[in-house]
Amino acid sequence: MSESSSETLSVVIEREIPHPPQKIWRALTEPHLIEEWLMKNDFKPIVDHRFNLRADWGVVECRVVAVEPNKTLAYTWGAYDLKSVVTWTLTPTSAGTRLRMEQSGFGPDQPQYYQGAKGGWQRFFSALEQVLARLD
Amino acid sequence: MVIDRKMSHARDALFRTLADPTRRAIFERLCREGEQTVGAVTAQAGISQPAVSKHLAALKRAGLVRDRHEGRRTHYSARLGALAPLIDWTSQMAGFWQNRFDRLEDLLKRMDQ
Repeated sequence: MSESSSETLSVVIEREIPHPPQKIWRALTEPHLIEEWLMKNDFKPIVDHRFNLRADWGVVECRVVAVEPNKTLAYTWGAYDLKSVVTWTLTPTSAGTRLRMEQSGFGPDQPQYYQGAKGGWQRFFSALEQVLARLD
Repeated sequence: MVIDRKMSHARDALFRTLADPTRRAIFERLCREGEQTVGAVTAQAGISQPAVSKHLAALKRAGLVRDRHEGRRTHYSARLGALAPLIDWTSQMAGFWQNRFDRLEDLLKRMDQ
């Protein structure tokens, strides 16, 4: 499931998971657990901590942006030249947790050439959506 | 990996080209209104014809517009297919994260059993 908001290019994945937030939080923040489902890493749940995610295809450079235990975790995600922000949100439900991941393509950490036109991109993407809608 | 290097370069070039608001406005106009001569684009762009030509050349290098010569006039039109790398980014990342969610759920099943 993906969607693009009017402001950014973003990917949103949301799932109901039959485990409590505390347990999911561990899987999202403990390096040996992160490695099992995501990539090798030197993650620490500390704001501004810089870490790398490593896979055989390359390295993702990250920086922790927000940590609110069992609720929210956000980090920048820089692979090649494209920077984005990954935000995890955990909401307790009767059956476990609603886990939401949003990766937004144009965050505050963009290279100069993205930033210079920040306001304009919003209009561009909405115009683009209209154009693409007509192609269908 | 979901994003290969070549795709990343193509996308980067695309973003660079479209980062200039004036150039992007020209491209949007060609998307919206179809094929235009340099003169017609200039009349709306609020900049000189040489400046418009420079922007159109940059768009052409990025594959975002194509030109067609008719006598002494050059007509430009938008190539929407060139936007594919930009649109692909979301679907590639969505696929990547769906897969990682599956792995995360597998891990959660194994934890603290």
